[in-house]
Parts: sequence; structure tokens; C-alpha cells
Amino acid sequence: MNVFDIIGPIMVGPSSSHTAGAVKIGKAAAKLMGERIIRAQLLLSGSFYATGKGHGTPKALVAGLLGMDPDDDRIPESLVIAEKEGIKIQFGQADLQEMHSNSVLMILEGAHGRILEVIGESIGGSRINIARIDGLEANFSGDYPTLVVHNSDRPGHIAKVTGMLSVQGINIAAMRLYRQGRGQNAVMILECDQEIPKDSIEQLEKMEGIEKVTYYTLEDADEL
Amino acid sequence: MNYKTLQELVSLAQSEEKEFWEIVVKEEAISQNTQSELVFEQMRKMYQAMKRSVDQYDPNLKSPSGMSGGDGERMRRYRMNNEPIAGDFLSKIMETAIMVAESNACMKKIVAAPTAGSCGVLPAVLLVFEAEKGFREDRIIEALFVAAGIGQIIALNASISGAVGGCQAEIGSASAMSAGSVAYLEGGDMEDILHAATLALKNLLGLACDPVAGLVEVPCIKRNVSGAINAVVSAQMALAGIRSVIPPDEVIGAMAAIGREMPVCLKETGTGGLAATKTAKIIAGSLA
Ligand code: SF4
Repeated sequence: MNVFDIIGPIMVGPSSSHTAGAVKIGKAAAKLMGERIIRAQLLLSGSFYATGKGHGTPKALVAGLLGMDPDDDRIPESLVIAEKEGIKIQFGQADLQEMHSNSVLMILEGAHGRILEVIGESIGGSRINIARIDGLEANFSGDYPTLVVHNSDRPGHIAKVTGMLSVQGINIAAMRLYRQGRGQNAVMILECDQEIPKDSIEQLEKMEGIEKVTYYTLEDADEL
Repeated sequence: MNYKTLQELVSLAQSEEKEFWEIVVKEEAISQNTQSELVFEQMRKMYQAMKRSVDQYDPNLKSPSGMSGGDGERMRRYRMNNEPIAGDFLSKIMETAIMVAESNACMKKIVAAPTAGSCGVLPAVLLVFEAEKGFREDRIIEALFVAAGIGQIIALNASISGAVGGCQAEIGSASAMSAGSVAYLEGGDMEDILHAATLALKNLLGLACDPVAGLVEVPCIKRNVSGAINAVVSAQMALAGIRSVIPPDEVIGAMAAIGREMPVCLKETGTGGLAATKTAKIIAGSLA
């Protein structure tokens, strides 16, 4: 283990899993949205729901949605800040049986009409897993720039996506494929060593058979 | 990381004719692919954040559950207005430990060391040693690397998570790490460092993780005090030449075994021990 996993991180308390991890989940979801969030429904499950209030989990999730990091002093005031920015937040409970006991389902609506459903899990320390996007498997940690492509399960789509990356000189660190069934909805998860340029993502979105492209960048957005 | 046990770390230091902390810095620089100086400065940031967490202590804050807040100030006032039975030096360590742990419960910024629940132990010891004994900041940072090395080895061979190993893994590890750094500060050799850490760990073996209502408050905050004091007295035993009969790495092994055999209700689930008492259930019920 890294020295700074032992002494560190610097974080707003009280809990690395229920507070710091929750901020990271919120921030990952905000990045996946890629546009300003105007409405968010946060459905907490398991121990997030049972002990979340005392751990500040709801505030931490919203802080993340606002683009804050786990060491941001404004985390305790995040609900007030969100209200000032006109973001409608609603909390509730979900029963995410197959997920880790610290998990949340976030249903987000963006200023340009984008709708996104993300399930995030806090899996120990302040490490997180983005488990599902729009109901389909995702399972990535947010340690790499990550491309999530939802497409119909037909030949050629994988080649198109990896071809685009290779033209851009982007190296794939890990790749996973999931599908609901033969010929049905499929998803590609590509964790990359470099950031993917915005226009390449837009290009992908226009390809035939590609239903939705979601991109997780390591860079901080200037405006969320 | 080129060492997996305390013994290996010491052997590396001996064969390279370096200090314990220097090996920890060097190995970290290699794994991050950077320079030792940068790693050292990164740790300085951690130490400065620890200092801020004490400077910014607010005695008027309450935790969201309402269970915690204000005890650090109570301790400080007692010390100022009485002749404290634990003496001035230990009393300052006690109040610093509470202040940091309370700040954590009140959603203030702290440094997890090794966890948020045990965040008060190391700063309590190191800040007071720096202020009261006049150590240079650089030497305190070296001591932080001593602590980090011990923590790495515990994490690798046992655990630093209450959910996996009970509170011995959090407060126990923090206390062992702090004891090692005190032995180093006080001029102990590597044997002293190892045995200080080991004696501290042994004193806390078997400690359950049983937080009331599942929150990092009761008993966590006050355990930071006992973890910090235990670190100082264990270091003093080691500096006096007292040795743990069971060798350091075997004690860490015992800690891992105890963690495995500990029932789940005592591993951060908030369902056993103190968390299962009548009063804890009333508190938990009122928060739901
Ligand atoms: S009781 Fe549990 S949560 Fe509290 S400090 Fe100990 S290990 Fe951490």
C-alpha cells in the first residue's frame, strides 16, 4: 500500500467510506453527465441509507455533484449551495440488493435535457466503483479516463470504437463488454491511459448503432 | 515496496546503511516514479493539514447526530485550571487527540491516519512533541515516515480497517505507528522503534469495532485519547530496553488472526458490543 494511503487522504470527516467515498461517487456522476445538472434524485441503499445522515452522506453526494473533492471545506454546506444554484435535489431510499451495502442510485437531469442513471458503490477506504449506468453494467473505479458506449449488439461496433481510439493514439488500459442478451443492448467500458478529445466523442455519438456515449474524464470541468 | 515485514524493512535499512524512515521514503519514490524530495514534501503537506485540523478546532460545533462536540475544550479547560493528574505534557496530547477526532465527527477537515476514525492519534502525539520538545519540523516528518512504514506493514499482513479487523486495526494500528515515531524522535534505534510499535499494538489486540448507531463517534473519539497515550507509554517501555517477548511480525500475525476470528457484529456493523446496548439502541432509534 502507498504511503499516502496510510497517512492520508486529507478529507472532510467523519468517514472515508460514507463521506469521502460519497463525494467521489457524486463527482464521478457529475463528470459522466458532462453538462450542468438541474435535477437529481438520490436514492440511498443499505448502510448509506441507515447511517448516512449521521455520516453526512447526502451532503457528501451533493458536494460531489457540485464538483467538489473530498477535502473541500464547503461539503457541510453543499445542500444550501445546490439550492442557491437552483439544483433540485430529492432524497429517497432504494433497495439495491446485489450492490455493496454502501451504494446509491442517482437519477440526474441536465440543463440540455440529458438523463442519466448511475449506481455508485463505496467499496472500502475511500475507493469507489461506478457499478451501473442506465441500468447496464459499468464497473469502473474512476482512476482512468473511461469511455462508456451503449450500443446495439451487432458486429463491427467494437472495431469502430477501438479504431477511433487507435487513430487518436490512445492506449486502452482495460476493456470490458456486457450485453443483456444476444442481439440486445450492449455496453463497452474502455479505461484509457490518455484523455479522449471531445470531438472524437461527438463523432462516436453520431455513429449508426451507437445509442449513448458517456465519458469520464480525470480533468476537472470548469463549469458544471 | 521492497519490504513485506518489519524485519525486512530493518534488514534493508541495515544493508543500505540508512535510517528506517529513509527506506520508506525511497521505496515510495520508486513506486511513484518520482524523487525522494518530492515524497518528503508531500508528507509535509499531510503534517501541515494535521496542524490546521487542530488550529481550526471549534469547541461550539456539534456532530450531525448531536452525540459529540466540545470535549476537547473541556479537557483544555481542566488542564488550564487544575493541576492535571496526567501531567501537562500528556494532558496536551489527550486534548489534541479529542480535538482532532471531534473535528472529524463534526465534518471538518482531517488527515486519515490510517483511517478517519483514528485520525486524532498521530497528530496528538507529533504536534505536542514538536511544540513541547522543540523538534524541528523536518524531524517530525521523518517520524511520520516511520509511522507510515509500520502502517504499511500492518495493512499488508493484517488490516487497517475496522470492518475487516475490528478497532485493533484502526486505533491499534494508529497507536503502534505513533509509538514507533515517538521512539524514533527520542533517539531510539531500530529495535526500539519496532518494540515500541509492537508493545503498543499488543496492548490493544482484540479491541472491537462497535460504534454506536454505526457512526464514527462513540467510542471512537475517546479511543483516540487512549491510543495516543498508549503510544507514549509503549515507546517509553521500549526506550527503557523492555522488549516484547513475542517478536514484532508475529504480533502483527496474531492481530490478523484475531481479526479473522472476530464475529461480524464487532466489525463496524454497529450491531454488537457498545452498539448493542440499551442506550445505543435508543440513540440509534432517535436518529433513524
Ligand atoms: S470503533 Fe470502529 S469506527 Fe470507531 S475508531 Fe474503532 S474501528 Fe474506527
